[in-house]
Amino acid sequence: MDYFIELFFSGLTRGSIYALIALGYTMVYGIIGLINFAHGEIYMIGAFTALIVSTVLTIYGFPLLAVIVLTALAAVIWAASYGYTIERLAYRPLRSAPRLSPLISAIGMSIFLQNYVLLAQTSDFQPFPALIPEFDFMEPYAHIVGSSDLAILVVSAIVMILLTFMIKFTRTGKAMRATAQDRKMAMLVGINVDNVISITFITGSALAAIGGLLIASHIGQINFYIGFIAGIKAFTAAVLGGIGSIPGAVLGSFILGLTEAFATGYVSSDYEDVFAFSLLVLILIFKPAGLLGKATVEKV
Amino acid sequence: MLSFKDFRNGLMVTLWFVFLTFPLLVIKINPIEKSVVWRWHNMLYVACGTFVFYVLSRLYLARKKEQQQKIKTGIVEDKVAWSAKLFSEPKFYIPIAVAGCLFALAFPTLFSTYQVNIMITALMYVVLGLGLNIVVGVAGLLDLGYVAFYAVGAYAYALLNMHFGLGFWTVLPIGGLLGALFGILLGFPVLRLRGDYLAIVTLGFGEIIRLILENWGEFSQGPSGISNIARPGLFGIDLSLEMSINFMYYLTILMVIFTIFVVNRLQDSRIGRAWFALREDEIACQAMGIDKMKTKLTAFALGATWAGMAGVMFAAKTTFVNPASFTFLESAIILCIVVLGGMGSIPGVIVGALVLILLPEYLRAFSDYRMLVFGAILVIMMIFRPQGIISTVRRTYSLKD
Amino acid sequence: MEPILDVKNLTMDFGGIRALDHLSLQIKPGEIVALIGPNGAGKTTFFNCITGIYKPTKGDLLLNPPGKKTKKLNGLKPNKVTEQGLARTFQNIRLFPNMTVLENVMIGRHCRTKSKIFGAIFRDPRTKKEEKEIVEQSLEILKKINLDKMADEYAKNLPYGAQRRLEIARALATEPIVLLLDEPAAGMNPQETQELDELITKIRDEGLAILLIEHDMKLVMNISDHIFVVDYGKKIAEGSPEEIGKNPDVIKAYLGEDI
Ligand SMILES: Nc1ncnc2c1ncn2[C@@H]1O[C@H](COP(=O)(O)OP(=O)(O)OP(=O)(O)O)[C@@H](O)[C@H]1O
Ligand SMILES: [Mg+2]
Repeated sequence: MDYFIELFFSGLTRGSIYALIALGYTMVYGIIGLINFAHGEIYMIGAFTALIVSTVLTIYGFPLLAVIVLTALAAVIWAASYGYTIERLAYRPLRSAPRLSPLISAIGMSIFLQNYVLLAQTSDFQPFPALIPEFDFMEPYAHIVGSSDLAILVVSAIVMILLTFMIKFTRTGKAMRATAQDRKMAMLVGINVDNVISITFITGSALAAIGGLLIASHIGQINFYIGFIAGIKAFTAAVLGGIGSIPGAVLGSFILGLTEAFATGYVSSDYEDVFAFSLLVLILIFKPAGLLGKATVEKV
Repeated sequence: MLSFKDFRNGLMVTLWFVFLTFPLLVIKINPIEKSVVWRWHNMLYVACGTFVFYVLSRLYLARKKEQQQKIKTGIVEDKVAWSAKLFSEPKFYIPIAVAGCLFALAFPTLFSTYQVNIMITALMYVVLGLGLNIVVGVAGLLDLGYVAFYAVGAYAYALLNMHFGLGFWTVLPIGGLLGALFGILLGFPVLRLRGDYLAIVTLGFGEIIRLILENWGEFSQGPSGISNIARPGLFGIDLSLEMSINFMYYLTILMVIFTIFVVNRLQDSRIGRAWFALREDEIACQAMGIDKMKTKLTAFALGATWAGMAGVMFAAKTTFVNPASFTFLESAIILCIVVLGGMGSIPGVIVGALVLILLPEYLRAFSDYRMLVFGAILVIMMIFRPQGIISTVRRTYSLKD
Repeated sequence: MEPILDVKNLTMDFGGIRALDHLSLQIKPGEIVALIGPNGAGKTTFFNCITGIYKPTKGDLLLNPPGKKTKKLNGLKPNKVTEQGLARTFQNIRLFPNMTVLENVMIGRHCRTKSKIFGAIFRDPRTKKEEKEIVEQSLEILKKINLDKMADEYAKNLPYGAQRRLEIARALATEPIVLLLDEPAAGMNPQETQELDELITKIRDEGLAILLIEHDMKLVMNISDHIFVVDYGKKIAEGSPEEIGKNPDVIKAYLGEDI
């Protein structure tokens, strides 16, 4: 039973990380209909920035709390800046181009960023400091759920609630939803669509950075390649839930996280990635609209 | 040309990039020794590079806009690019083709075995590029798992050779057929999907194949791969290593010629036109009576056939295969060849493959930056020159005959 | 006379919106039938439903090719519908912009020709003959609509009116028995519209039945044999041009638009 609960929590942890990344995919897709291939790299860059900043701050003797806060801030700021820049540079000029063009550009961006980090830093795995401390009150349960699991769950829950709030109730959120529904119409009623798109990228990137920071601190090591696999898995989750749908992305992420946790725990961990990829292929073939997505008819 | 405002913007962009690249490019940490190196010189490079690139791209875009304005108002004719002209008029391309063939034939006698080996690799990418060109360039199906079919061919030869002693010539068509089979099996369910989903599913499929090869040791010998694969035979004659490499070279040349011949004829046919129309507008295509699924499937399967055959040749050339040769990056390289050369353009793809494969080989200093540059090429080409270095020109049918 | 195309109770729902509501329509051989109605009435949706691009929620589509058995078109894929003899043009022009004018028409010949991959690679005499015929027939059609001089031009470089005519040529190349035109005169100047009028009449005289969506009332009144009026997806009137011109319901539906 303990094992089951342990797997359950590890599934939830995975799920929340996937959700933090999947939200970015789904928001961007909802608004400009593009699979932002480079999104996984944003997550990786978030994690790397966190590693660099936290190491520097620790070396210069900052107290732990300051290190945590500043590191999180830096990761979010830089990841968001990368997200913003990528959109401006690689996607915006292609808004009216054939559909494949921005996608190819996104793939190029993803490869570029991976190799940029590889060259700028290193190709080896880097140890990542455990930023999340062990909580004393968690000690009795440490064998089934770790402190960092708990922290990840709590932080992602808070972030997701904030995001929902922003999208539901703020002006920006309303503008986002309007743009997602009909870009031309939104433009006609005076919404600055360019800004909305930029904000979407910034928000999505910030979420991914938080995910990157949390998971890196949880697992304890990172390299330039972590974004690729995590990106595809999060994308799978987004598609599973119904791409374009925000609750769908969260639901899909938890389903993927839990199934992965149980499959690797009870079956075999060799085929962990095969499993996720196969799931992706199967959903797209049998239910491309996803669990919460709506099937639409292209207007002719 | 460039106004003061452009320069001011250029400075802002430069500052932005200095900020953006600061943590990753300037700071270098060693988390184990807990030490930091500050690489301020990188900041300088970024600043200069950004500014220069910004100014150049401004100039380019301004010129392009001006040109388009002129064409619109009828001041100048919309002229066919010189590169496209070069390859669409027989009086230009025939001499080029002849010279190219002669050089290719004489290559092994002029250069060392080492060079010949590199050339074989480049030519294989020409074949792969031309194969993917049918799928991506002509039919407009973004296939990111192309390398999976390449792996199918390579492992087909490796395994059939190891277990049953089958030779190169027997397995070459088998590899092609297996590629086609996998292409149809995957394509059948997947080609109904929209373009971007297709891209991601094929990517997933490519990774699945690689992961299976890596993990299913009894079948594929896992990550260590299969070695001692037989080189192609020539009527049972014993060839020295050098001679067999030269032989492989000529085989690859033959394959390239064969591929060009087939792809060229396909493009210029009823099927080829349908592929191209499908890329232009799927709905109009269906409304004109073209069976979307069938047409896509033929393109997809044909591309896979070529990848399968190229895979067999790859295994025969290296005499060793392992899953590491078939990563997503390989698919990305082939895609980059097609995009750089010009989607749908045969001479473009050839030039693209030669440039992208040979340059990093000869500019060793540059080879670390290879993938970085490939990624950048995909972005830059899409933005500045989506038609590639050599764009296609549609064939015209003269009214005389 | 038996209708050549018989549409019964066609209904189409998009989510909660009913774009077509039990719409029935018949076209007799050799007739020009017009389908008119205010913007958003569901005319284009009607075309999309009968050509298989949308799957209608309800309704029957029957085609009676002259001298052949009645065919049910329900549920057929768009390409199969075209093979059966229904060809269409699009309201928002959908040519193949980066192919030449001639090639655009040649694509129309696709469903009436056969050569496969084998033929493409080996270019056997049959394939060669077929290719030659495709080119000749396509040029023939281009001559008919007066675009043969532009055969080698890219479709995207044609003026707007010529693009609309090229769409008609491309549809004709599929050898239809019913031709569906979605606002062919949109964006044309009076002279071009006049030429279009003549062209449509000429095509009708060659024996095709034509279903026409059009907002240009002068053109509609001038050439139609029969007119159907839809509003909010429902048929509100049908009859000869004179009858429709006098119908109070039609005038009400069009209030504000000149008729
Ligand atoms: N794919 C679709 N999804 C959702 N709604 C649609 C779709 N296609 C059409 N509609 C809706 O169906 C209704 C009818 O549209 P349709 O394009 O058929 O009108 P129309 O009569 O052709 O108008 P117009 O004269 O402006 O061309 C409209 O309200 C439109 O928004
Ligand atoms: Mg309409």
